Amino acid sequence: MFFNSLLLALREIRRNLLRSALTMLGIIIGVAAVIVMVTLGDGATLQVTRQIESLGTNLLMIRMGQRMGPGSSANAPPFKLEDVVALQREIPAIRAIAPSAAQGMTAIVGSRNWSTSVTGTDNRFFTVRNWVLAEGRLFTDSELRAGRAVCVIGATVRRELFGDQDPLGTRIRLKQIACEVIGLLEGKGQSAMGADQDDLILMPLRTFQRRIAGNQDVTLIQLSVHEGVALERARADIERLMRERRHVHPSDLDNFSVRDMQEIATMLTGTTQILTALLSAVAAVSLLVGGIGIMNIMLVSVTERTREIGIRLAIGALEREVLMQFLVEAVVLSSLGGLLGILLALVASVGLTQLLRVPYVFNGAIVLTAFGFSAMVGILFGYFPARRAAQLDPIEALRHE
Amino acid sequence: MAGLSVPIPLIELTAVTKVYGQGDAAVHALAGIDLRIAAGELVALMGPSGSGKSTAMNILGCLDTPTAGTYRFRGLAVTGLSRDERARLRRNELGFVFQGFNLLKRTSALENVELPLIYRRVPRSERVARARQALARVGLSGREGHTPGELSGGQQQRVAIARAIVTEPSLLLADEPTGNLDTARGHEIMALLTQLNRERGLTILMVTHEADMAAYAHRVIHFRDGLVVNEALS
Repeated sequence: MFFNSLLLALREIRRNLLRSALTMLGIIIGVAAVIVMVTLGDGATLQVTRQIESLGTNLLMIRMGQRMGPGSSANAPPFKLEDVVALQREIPAIRAIAPSAAQGMTAIVGSRNWSTSVTGTDNRFFTVRNWVLAEGRLFTDSELRAGRAVCVIGATVRRELFGDQDPLGTRIRLKQIACEVIGLLEGKGQSAMGADQDDLILMPLRTFQRRIAGNQDVTLIQLSVHEGVALERARADIERLMRERRHVHPSDLDNFSVRDMQEIATMLTGTTQILTALLSAVAAVSLLVGGIGIMNIMLVSVTERTREIGIRLAIGALEREVLMQFLVEAVVLSSLGGLLGILLALVASVGLTQLLRVPYVFNGAIVLTAFGFSAMVGILFGYFPARRAAQLDPIEALRHE
Repeated sequence: MAGLSVPIPLIELTAVTKVYGQGDAAVHALAGIDLRIAAGELVALMGPSGSGKSTAMNILGCLDTPTAGTYRFRGLAVTGLSRDERARLRRNELGFVFQGFNLLKRTSALENVELPLIYRRVPRSERVARARQALARVGLSGREGHTPGELSGGQQQRVAIARAIVTEPSLLLADEPTGNLDTARGHEIMALLTQLNRERGLTILMVTHEADMAAYAHRVIHFRDGLVVNEALS
């Protein structure tokens, strides 16, 4: 019976190619939208994960103030260089630790200027953050101790201020000081948050404190722990020591926060996943609308073909054979739409992932799910019109104009 | 019917009534008719509009059920059958020809004729062969691929007749088969039906308004106000 119904349904679809194509359009778009959304979401999540892993999963950051809430860092005291020394001495799990302080400002070279972020730190910063020099050299000990006006610049700063020229030995004007470029960093590209990681200028911490900030503050401590060390353990040790050094009363909350990259990774992938789910839900609604479109067309088709149904019933079609024919017609339309949607989605996903520069991840599960869902939509929304067709009175149907 | 050898009754209606509506609004489409039709007959039903001949055709075609009375088809009481059982009876025993041809649009003559065989689950190769044969029988060889839109009225009615006879039914019900055709085409169709009746022994029951078409029948049954008023042999 099913094979017969399939034959009859296929003949009917072929007879009304344009209408069939238009009916399928809703499902095609719905299925394609769901798959593309999920594929892009998967790609974005993978990219975030990769980028965070490239920073190093054994990286910890100590910031001033509480983790949550606005303004909570306002009355938290800044760190001192002594905190860094103490951490390095007291906690053996630390492999490298780098203090830093940063400020946004305009850098000027000749007639060009560029607004960037200037960070004061020392050579350990390069180790902690996995920076590699493309050209030039790191800071010397005497430069660090004396607070010399020297700097290492990121790839973006180099491009914006120097173009094709060689920056080494040239001086960049930062507020009142003229800083000599001694090193160039290799490019890292965009961060997981979408910020340009190469848009920075590094100088000795002492230079920054004395000649730019005008204080002895350290605003951020970044550190990496030894391989094989439990991050949680190191983190607990750091928190205990920092509470002690910052004289935090046992009943008070921390006035600093220690965050690890794993946590940031989880948070960010969580966010991308929520966004993916949300967009997919919207896309799923369009699939549902596509299903309603099929029901609409099938209902119109039943009315339009009343006479034909009358003929079929008169020559001996059973009620359930007519039901099956219309149901199979709806399912074939929706599944065919689903298949075309999958094809469209594959093409669109490859194109869009390249355009948005996220990795392409093939998600077989969502392809199958979307296809199954489209077939189900056909059954669900095809049943009502099909039953209506099957229950027609043959005499009335034959009289229908 | 004295003088004729008594044929086997194919159809037997006894005190059949059909009432539409209820109470004062009730319309007695059939007010109690008795009818016997033997296998191999070619019978014409005549009568003005509303005389009940269409209602009778619907009941005979198992498309409708009587309000009261019995309808026996080869001795089988159709009155008690379910909707599906009546559909099976139509599928296996009956063929329909309509005034408006009622072919599937944008569908080739061959596929139109194949349709009843699809419902009878006839395998593809046999189905196509039988459909071609039926089309040849009505003189439409070479037109298998034509859609109704590409055929004349007379040819369309021939396709419809081919569709009706392809299952080799025992009864052909024709509702004004020549009603939409000019006189010449009408006579051609009647000649075809007469030939099928004579050569195959196909029992044919047809409704017509035109006396010259009714003249092809062995017997003419006149309806008026839901009753059989006159049966005449021609």
